[in-house]
Amino acid sequence: MKLTLHIWRQKSSTEPGKMVPYSVEANEHMSFLEMLDVLNEDLIAKGEDPVAFDHDCREGICGSCGFMINGIAHGPQPSTTVCQLHMRHFKTGDVLYLEPWRAKAFPVVRDLVVDRSAFDRIIAAGGYISVSTGSAPDGNAIPVPKKYSDQSMDAAACIGCGACVAACPNAAAALFTGAKISHLGLLPQGQPERSERALNMVAQVKQEMFGSCTNIGECEAVCPKEIKLEVIARMNRDYLLASWTNRREAARSDGI
Amino acid sequence: MELKSKCPTGPIETRWERHKFDLKLVNPANKRKYTVIVVGSGLAGGSASATLAELGYNVKCFCFQDSPRRAHSIAAQGGINAAKNYQNDGDSIYRLFYDTVKGGDFRARESNVYRLAQISVNIIDQCVAQGVPFAREYGGTLTNRSFGGAQVSRTFYARGQTGQQLLIGAYQALERQINTGKVQMYPRSEMLDLIVIDGKARGIVVRNLLTGKVESHLADAVVLGTGGYGNVFYLSTNAKGSNCTAIWRAYKRGAAMANPCFTQIHPTCIPVSGDYQSKLTLMSESLRNDGRIWVPLKKGDTRPPNQIPESERDYYLERRYPSFGNLVPRDVASRAAKAACDEGRGVGTTGLGVYLDFGDAIKRLGKQGVKERYSNLFDMYERITGENPYEVPMRIYPAIHYTMGGLWVDYNLMTTVPGLYSIGEANFSDHGANRLGASALMQGLADGYFVLPYTIGDYLANSKLERIDNSHAAVRDAETEVAKQTRRFVENKGSRSVASFHRELGKIVWDECGMARTEAGLKRAIARIPELRDEFWQTVTVPGSGEELNQNLENAGRVADFFEFAELMCRDALHRNESCGGHFREEFQTPEGEARRNDDEYCYAAAWEYAGPLKPPILNKEPLTFEYVHPSQRSYK
Repeated sequence: MKLTLHIWRQKSSTEPGKMVPYSVEANEHMSFLEMLDVLNEDLIAKGEDPVAFDHDCREGICGSCGFMINGIAHGPQPSTTVCQLHMRHFKTGDVLYLEPWRAKAFPVVRDLVVDRSAFDRIIAAGGYISVSTGSAPDGNAIPVPKKYSDQSMDAAACIGCGACVAACPNAAAALFTGAKISHLGLLPQGQPERSERALNMVAQVKQEMFGSCTNIGECEAVCPKEIKLEVIARMNRDYLLASWTNRREAARSDGI
Repeated sequence: MELKSKCPTGPIETRWERHKFDLKLVNPANKRKYTVIVVGSGLAGGSASATLAELGYNVKCFCFQDSPRRAHSIAAQGGINAAKNYQNDGDSIYRLFYDTVKGGDFRARESNVYRLAQISVNIIDQCVAQGVPFAREYGGTLTNRSFGGAQVSRTFYARGQTGQQLLIGAYQALERQINTGKVQMYPRSEMLDLIVIDGKARGIVVRNLLTGKVESHLADAVVLGTGGYGNVFYLSTNAKGSNCTAIWRAYKRGAAMANPCFTQIHPTCIPVSGDYQSKLTLMSESLRNDGRIWVPLKKGDTRPPNQIPESERDYYLERRYPSFGNLVPRDVASRAAKAACDEGRGVGTTGLGVYLDFGDAIKRLGKQGVKERYSNLFDMYERITGENPYEVPMRIYPAIHYTMGGLWVDYNLMTTVPGLYSIGEANFSDHGANRLGASALMQGLADGYFVLPYTIGDYLANSKLERIDNSHAAVRDAETEVAKQTRRFVENKGSRSVASFHRELGKIVWDECGMARTEAGLKRAIARIPELRDEFWQTVTVPGSGEELNQNLENAGRVADFFEFAELMCRDALHRNESCGGHFREEFQTPEGEARRNDDEYCYAAAWEYAGPLKPPILNKEPLTFEYVHPSQRSYK
């Protein structure tokens, strides 16, 4: 199949970028990134700069890859990262627009590569259970009802790709942050730090210049791991509760 | 080169305990005077960084990905072994030890393996406390599944994404320490050389992948948790970025490389579909718990699988290995699949595939039951192949997956360069010639959480380390070397892309040093690889400059190292005149086609020493002794 791609080309974060058209020959069994590999081989043969894009595992789990395809984060296939998107979902003659994630908190590094280190700083602010190596009780000492364990796993499935931010008209990181707060808050092990975690992580989100959540739901629609909006409700509940019961920290974090 | 394994002697049950007591400690106030460099942020590197920082050391952690959470450990699917015996099915530390030594085809150190089995139980406790959402029973206790090479259920799992959940646990522990300032994290940084001063590892040279800047970092000890070298085969289940550069550069600075020919082929991967293919995708071994593997009885049977009646199917694993059936170890399952395809009974358009059928499991458990266990794997299969495995059997074929070989380390996980440690898949120590399923996660976390943090203190407490700074000649030399290579790539006005060379190299090693090896084939590879390597250096083209994000330049350096590594791997395979575990030499097999070991001559770890450019490497041998599990012909019949 023959496709036309319009790809965002930007040499570095300080230089202006623009859309550049390319045509590429693909077949239906390729993954989307393998199609870009083919394009890049063509570009190298012509002595041009290949298109930079983040990728690593190509199995949909590392969270490295991701860009917009015709305005949809990770492209048209639901619950699928772009590395797992196969060309059989496209047809010859298709015109595709590829753009990097757009968000103030995710500056463009080059072409389709963005800087998502803000996500790491949100986790560093409180997305963990403070248990040093060696101080754990027996694994079966704390029974966890299967229901909560399963719900916790649903939230923990987040791969940190950033599609939720890119899809959100406000560029909010609510789904990402809510997923971590839910993963840990649903487990008995996560209870001791639950209030502080919500306050600190939300404060960091604000500092990173992510937008506010207005319950639009685009994030859930594009999430390749099907993280549900309910994680945002859990985050808000934990945050509200913590701000009432924990005034000093709440004053420091100053609202969502 | 002298290889001192430093393994304790005496009763195996107390060796680690006694060894820990004999190790010198660094007192808490002194720990903060030391800096440790950790390269890699996967299960081994991430857990080591976090734990060392908890103890009070200053840690600098490096990874080439944009975040430490993306290390390739994340892609492990099936689970992690631990001798908890929660299922009351007769498991014990000794049994896990026994299974691992036997599964490794008697090419691992007993002391290391026993320690691994002991520590396995602590790992589960630690991970549960961190909030890893392992699968549970309705009563709230942890549940288990079984894996290849074992007759007990000892594998803990978090759906089909256990590696992800364990890595996120380690990553969160790491981020917690980054937040306290005890760990300085350097993402998008690639280690390109090791700095050795006065015979001791004192730092690394890294390239900042965003700016291209080459910088040196100095420390009191260096730890490599940089994973395996499976991508030497180009097509593997490894992530695209996984590479051998860190361990290879360490090798060239004096660290011995052990058993590089011990590579693991995973029996259940999605078959190759075309030349453009960039990687292979694994389907977790856990699928063999409920899936049945078969090929048509007749050669060249092209009927769709659902039209082939039971009586015309050959469930060859169940037939050949009645007691382990579909759960034989990986090397055995892979070779059996190859044998079936070589007989012309393979399925799919290429004939390189066998069926993994869930028809019976769906009858037994219902579609919902199967879905609960494997839904994400089934979804992934359907996304890639466009076929629905609830209705038609999966097609699978073996692919390179894991590398048991790696840097030689002693019982303390130190390489032959003092102060240089190697942990996780990057070292060679615990899996012998074949790794059992769900043991990689166990080893990575054992090394990082529970072994290295003890043993590194002994080195620091016993060493007199001079103060050094970046003006030291060794530092400047290493930086110059790195800059020279970068320049050479970007200034080379060639015509062929890096990827095309990598693909060609991969094909040579897969054909000659893959699932089955022969003397003639290995000799062909050893002759061909240097030719192609010369061609690579002459005609490769790398667009762009060295002062920017340049993914082709990164890849060029990695492929250059794979070229050198591939040759060593083939040399190792050629010298080992026996078949064991993942190393199958066609000349050495039993009449039934099973691997035939030669314990009289090859019961040792082969530690290769770098002798200089274009000189053949020097072979050193660490003899292996078995006091507890006596070498026998492995039988899974």
